[in-house]
This record gives sequence, C-alpha cells and structure tokens, in this order.
Amino acid sequence: MSSLLPQLMLGLFNGACYALLSLGLAIIFGLLNVVNFAHGAFYMLGAFIGWGLLHYAGLGYWAALVIAPLVVGVLGVVLERTLLSRLYRLDPLYNLLLTFGLALILQGLFLAKFGSSGEIYDPPAALRGAWNLGFMILPIYRGWVMIVSVVVCLATWYVTERTKLGSYLRAATENAGLVQAFGINVPRMVTVTYGLGVALAAFAGVLAAPIFRVNPTMGDDMIIIVFAVVVIGGMGSIMGSIVTGFALGLVEGLTKVLYPPASSTVVFALMALVLLVRPAGLFGKAP
Amino acid sequence: MFTHVPKRIVDRSMVLTLCAALSAAGACKKPEPPAGGAGSAAPGTTADPATGGGGKVVIGVLTDMSGLYSDVGGKGSVLAAQMAVDEVGGSVAGMPIEVVSADHQNKPDVGSTVAREWYDTKNVDVIVDVPTSSVAFAVSDVTRDKNKVFLASGAGSSDLTGSKCSPNTIHWAYDTWALANATGREIVKNGGDTWFFLTADYVFGASLERDVSAVVAQSGGKVLGDVKHPINTPDFSSFLLQAQASKAKIIGLANAGGDTINAIKQAAEFGIVSKGQKMAGLLVFITDINALGLATAQGLLLSESFYWDRDDQTRAWSQKFAAKRNGTMPTMSQAGVYSAVLHYLKAVAALKSAKDGKAVVAKMEELPTEDPLFGKGTIDPNGRKRHPMYVYEVKTPAESKAKWDYYKLIREVPANLAFRPVADSGCPLIKK
Repeated sequence: MSSLLPQLMLGLFNGACYALLSLGLAIIFGLLNVVNFAHGAFYMLGAFIGWGLLHYAGLGYWAALVIAPLVVGVLGVVLERTLLSRLYRLDPLYNLLLTFGLALILQGLFLAKFGSSGEIYDPPAALRGAWNLGFMILPIYRGWVMIVSVVVCLATWYVTERTKLGSYLRAATENAGLVQAFGINVPRMVTVTYGLGVALAAFAGVLAAPIFRVNPTMGDDMIIIVFAVVVIGGMGSIMGSIVTGFALGLVEGLTKVLYPPASSTVVFALMALVLLVRPAGLFGKAP
Repeated sequence: MFTHVPKRIVDRSMVLTLCAALSAAGACKKPEPPAGGAGSAAPGTTADPATGGGGKVVIGVLTDMSGLYSDVGGKGSVLAAQMAVDEVGGSVAGMPIEVVSADHQNKPDVGSTVAREWYDTKNVDVIVDVPTSSVAFAVSDVTRDKNKVFLASGAGSSDLTGSKCSPNTIHWAYDTWALANATGREIVKNGGDTWFFLTADYVFGASLERDVSAVVAQSGGKVLGDVKHPINTPDFSSFLLQAQASKAKIIGLANAGGDTINAIKQAAEFGIVSKGQKMAGLLVFITDINALGLATAQGLLLSESFYWDRDDQTRAWSQKFAAKRNGTMPTMSQAGVYSAVLHYLKAVAALKSAKDGKAVVAKMEELPTEDPLFGKGTIDPNGRKRHPMYVYEVKTPAESKAKWDYYKLIREVPANLAFRPVADSGCPLIKK
C-alpha cells in the first residue's frame, strides 16, 4: 500500500518530537528523581521566546534556537536552586505537585496574555518549501526537525553513556553520597542537569514553533503523551525514551490511518499494557 | 546495555506514582468550576448566595475559559454579557442584574455539574454561550429539568433546535445547518462538487458534516469520504494526506477553533492548496483568521452571522468591545451572547419576572428581536433565532487596510432562507 509510507514518515516525525521532549524528562528523572510536570510549560515557553525574539527584537529562528534554550536553562537553574532543591528530602510527590503547579501558572499567564488561538511563527527562509521524495511531499522543515532530533538524541545518549561527565552523572544517580566523597560537587551537577533538561524542552519548543501554532496549551497537549513515552520506555532510561518516542510516533501514525478516532488514546492503551506486562517499562531494569 | 537505570528509581511505586500523576493531570482540572470559579476575572462576576437571589436576575456565562475555544467565547463572552447588562442600566423591572461565569473545559460532565449547581444554589436564571455542542446538550437537559433558560450562542449543532429542541432553549448566533446552507452551497455553486471531510469526532463535527453533506448531495455534488479526528489535534498532516489521496476538489473542515487553524496552516505547509485542492472552513471565526494571518488564510470562503466591520452600528459596538479586550474584535459567538442577553432582558422586563423559564422563552419568541449587531429578527417556535447569514471571502494581505480588516462580502443570505425551515427541523415540540 503506497499510501502507508508517507503516513509512517509523518509518524516518525511526530516520534522525533516525542523523543526530543522525553529526553529531557528522562534525564531529569534519572538524576533528580523529579517527575518534571513543568516540562511541557518549558517547551511552550521556548516556542514563545522564539516568537517573541522575532516579534519584539527582530531576531530570527537561528538566534532563537540558541537563545531560547539558554534563557529557559537559566530559569531552570534558578528554579532548581530556589524551589525544587528544598523538596528533595520529602516524598517525590511534592516536587511533582510543585512542577505541576508551575506548569499551570505559566500556562495560565500565557493564556491571559495571548489567548488560545496562538501566534504564527514561520520557518526560516532556508527551510521553506518541500522535498519530493517520490512517494510523498515532505516539507523541508519537517525533515530538518527529524534530522536535528536524531542528532540531539544520539549526542545526549553519547554524553551520558560514553563520557567522563556522563559517568559522574550515572554514578551520582546510583549513590550520590559516595560520589560526593570523591570530591565531586553533586548538588551543582544536579542543578546543571535540571537546567540542561529544561533547556532541551525549550529547544524542542523552538523546533516545533513553525509547525504547530505557538500557543499556551501546546505544552499541555504534548506533556501527557511524553510522560507515556517515558513510562513505556522505562523511567529514567535515555535510550528507552528515544526508541519509545519514535516507536510511539509510528504507532500513532498508523492509528491515524486505520482508525483515526483512536489516535489520541492508542498511546495510553499501550502504556497500560506495558505497565501490566513489564512494570519497569521496556528498557527499565526490574527492581 | 544502553541503559543506566538506578535501582532506587525503577521501583513499582514510582511508576504508580506517575500513573497517579497522569490521571491527576486530567482530574485536577475538574473540581474547580462551580460558580464564578476558574478564570472568571471580570469584575463583579461572582454570585452571592447569601442574598437569596429572589429579587435579582443572575446571568451565568458558561464557556471555555482555557481551551481551544476560549478565544471564540471565553472572557469575551463574559464581557459581551456584561455590556448588554450595562446597556439596560444594570437592572431590569426593578431587579438588579448580576453576571457570573465559569469554565466548562469542553466537558459535558463539568458543564452539567456547573449548570446544576448554578440553578440549585446560586440562583442563576439563565445560562448563555456554551461552546462545544456536547456540553450544550447536557446544559440544555439540565435547564429543561429546572425550568430555567438556556441561550446557546457558542454551540453549533443544529440538533439543539432539531431532534433535541427544548421549550427552555434558544439557539442564537448560528448553527451547522446555516453554515452548510451558506458556505457549502456557495462552494458547490462555484464548482466544488467533490468533498472530503476532516471532522472533529464529537457531536458538533458530526452535525456539521451531516448538514453539509446534505447540501452537497442536494446541489448535485458528491462526498468521497471523511476522517474523524480527535478534538484538539496538534498535527493534522496525516489526515490531510488522506484527504489529498481522496482527490476530492474540496477538503471540508468540520471542526472549529484551534483544530481549524492547525488544519489550514498545515495544509499550506504540505502544499495542498497550491496543488489545486481547496480548503473549506465550515466554521471559521475571525479570531482564527487573525491567528492564521492573511497570507495563509486569503481566499478562504466562510460564513458568519456577524462581522464587526459590517455597518456603523456593528463597528461602534465592536470598537467599544475591543477597547476592553486589548484590541481583539468580537467573534460571532460573543456578539450572539450580547444580542441574546439583551433580548432576554426585554422579555424579563415584559414579564416582570425571570423565574419561570418556559414563560420567559415563550415571551422571547413572541417579541420581535432587534439590536445593533444582528438587526431585526424573529425566533422560531423550535427556539431557532433567525437573522441573515453572510458569506465572506478572506481578503488578501494587499486588500486589507488595517488589522482586523479581514473579510469582503460575497453574498447575503436573507433571514428567511438562512436557517432551517421549522417544518424540516424534526423538533418534537412542533408536531403537536
């Protein structure tokens, strides 16, 4: 069936978006044990910063791709230092509630200011137009997002799994006290990790801005799916998030052809199934 | 081997916690609404149960305050109701008027809970707006049970005055039959005789697709297929490609708000329009066009019963409205709220009481309607408000002289033809 191929391609594209977003979530969860419900809000914030830079400062897409993650990353560092870090000693639920509250506040503020229709952000001139792949017309911008996501995902995986910094990170997740005893500043590493995690969300936000409307609920629409990705992949597992992100994109894409009304629920049905069969997720290790 | 999963994290309890969180994300939004709750920021919008309400009229604006229809209704609808109240001096037949508001989150259960609570404990006499037809049906049922009044403006399904009509409900600004009859007919007339629908998968989308399909068939056209998509879909590309593959000349969008915006924007991205297929926005509001921008939306045919720039009266009112909304012009739903509330207050003034909902609706149907936004009109015995519909085409960026200068008039459908004949409505109230 020749019409299936383009649909799979589109599924992969959505999967790339899911993978990129769940990456930051998985990193944060891995090291901080914080279920970062504000992730979607930071994604939205990234998109709005991109739009704002163009609208108010005349700075285009490429600048936004650098500036938005930086701004949000710094904001994340400040949040971690001033709020999140106070709750580490308590049940993880407290930080979940905190980040959930932050997300609601951010979304509410933007809704009050910008309304629900959102703003249009055009792709940069260099990435407009479309490629004719033979079996389908692929907008160049979507292709670009896919390539960038794969590169960023693999780079993140490489850093955590194959570098010295990554080994510190992984060691600190296993036993923070011991790592600290070796003279490594674990609290600072935790702060930086949170900053990097949310910076990734903002980066995804800027990438998504030209495709979806830049609107206050864009994070809300994504976050639940992305959580499902992280749960299915195995909490805190980076490669699990990446693979699951792409896989779920494909499954969702196929559902959109076979039975469209179920396309918004299929991900959660899968999540329920995975939790029943493998509670630790596909890539997680059982306790 | 690719993973480094710390043991303390991957225990079952954490996963369960997350599941709890996931369900909380949905559930946490639910309990807020009752009375003036979520987001009712306009001043003076909270009901005061202490006064008993016996000597006052309470208008409840029940709308989407935070979701994909909140620009279409939302705070603008509250403002529109308040403007109608201010215009009559804040009281009717010696009774002070109060406006309260709440967010129904586009969920029928939330909507009917708020409606019940408003009627039972907050002395609300009339509920207005209610975008999202599924919520409107729920509110209409509760209103009938409690013998109050429901003035639907934001909701679209023509069933509100058809199979599900009620002696306590009036449907104001537009409905799916009128949209089909205006936009659908115009497009078929211009040669768009094969259709494929992208339909929001709930009662409004189904009504709209049904009503447009009927017009298409009647005019000699053909419907080649449809896709039912979940409400609030961010990515339409998959559905658009299916529409493209159907080779239909017209891709009919039987959806609204954020969904319509996404579909039109992404159709441009995939070059669907430039390849010769045309998009037909079957319910498009001016706020959608504003969000899309004229470069993307130009040439789109749509119908509205209200456009701010139609004549001096609509301009004067809209500018007053926009001044309080950061320059955002009113939508047809919001204009409908103003017009409906104004007419409701006329009926209450004539009856000197708002307590018997059926009597108020009967009075509203008896009195001719007149206001600066919709002109003169009537209300059919099935609760259908009648006024002209207008088919517009979206201007090109070059034609537009100012912000919000978006439409040029193609055709006016006179009031007697704009809405479904009462006899065809299938409303059980009529058969007697």
